[in-house]
Amino acid sequence: MERIQIITIIANLSFLVYISWLIVKGKLREEYAIVWLIITLFLAVFSFWRDGLRIISELFGVYEPPNLIFTAFIFIILIYLLHLSVTNSKLQKNLTSLAQEMALLKQKIEQQQDARKP
Amino acid sequence: MNSILFILPCYNEEKALPALLNSLQIVCAQLSLKTEIIVVNDHSTDQTPNIAREAGISLLDLPVNCGIGAAMQTAFTYAVDKKFDFAMQIDGDGQHPPIEIQKLIQAQQQSKADVIIGSRFIEKKGYQSSTLRRIGINYLSLLNRIYTSKRIEDTTSGFRLYNKKALLLVAENYPDEYPEPQSIIDFHKAGLSVKEVPVLMAERQGGQSSIRNFNQLYYLFKVTIAMFFSFIRNKK
Repeated sequence: MERIQIITIIANLSFLVYISWLIVKGKLREEYAIVWLIITLFLAVFSFWRDGLRIISELFGVYEPPNLIFTAFIFIILIYLLHLSVTNSKLQKNLTSLAQEMALLKQKIEQQQDARKP
Repeated sequence: MNSILFILPCYNEEKALPALLNSLQIVCAQLSLKTEIIVVNDHSTDQTPNIAREAGISLLDLPVNCGIGAAMQTAFTYAVDKKFDFAMQIDGDGQHPPIEIQKLIQAQQQSKADVIIGSRFIEKKGYQSSTLRRIGINYLSLLNRIYTSKRIEDTTSGFRLYNKKALLLVAENYPDEYPEPQSIIDFHKAGLSVKEVPVLMAERQGGQSSIRNFNQLYYLFKVTIAMFFSFIRNKK
């Protein structure tokens, strides 16, 4: 095993431990953890299987293996960012509905209190 | 007797609000309708909510800043819950003089349109906004004509009277940010009739427009996109 392989494997493992810790502590929801776990697994495979990248690059017809990594990862990151934007929009919508509901309820309570006053 | 709710969306309007509430209450007393005024406070950082409370006006107090559209929607929901026949938006900055209210109500009684829009540009009297803004408003008006094949001069005017049918729609579905031009397309898609009447508007009495500087470009861009997607969206 080469030095770089050992470094990537260690980095991978600590990333995996960190993600698990976040889930256990309840700081990361499982559905968002899925993508991170898959990426970690993906990286782990390639740190063990050194020839893998070259073989897959040839399969796709990419001449320089690093280019495949960049292209693939930029694509994955873009998709994930879009997913986050969707999540964000959903959160904002929920927050607005909650705020509206609260305002209406507050008004109702104030009105009832005023009615009770002599 | 028909009932009408006057909705005053406010964000930091402590300067303009007291005078507006005063003149609005005078106008209300003259109307032959059952009236209620409600202030929607979009999480102001000044005395706006207290001014409304002290004046004995109902208050919808949003716990976070949600944008004028979401603020209006809260009040639309209130109007539907309380079974109001009509609701009218009057901006808290004093741009919509209460004396003009009668014109919108009369137009409603005559035309029976679902939405009546008070427009600055039909008779071209009163406060007309700056040239740059006029260009923007004309552009939105053109977009509106392309999408709905109807002519609305003042697409950005918030001075609007809604009937029950229109209220059901806007309580359910109203854009939270920069809602005015986009909502006209929603009205069209829902088959609501829209009528414009000439009114005089005043310059804002205090506070700041939510649409200024770079925001103006962002505004046009966002509204352009929003109008397009409202246009291609399926009717619910």
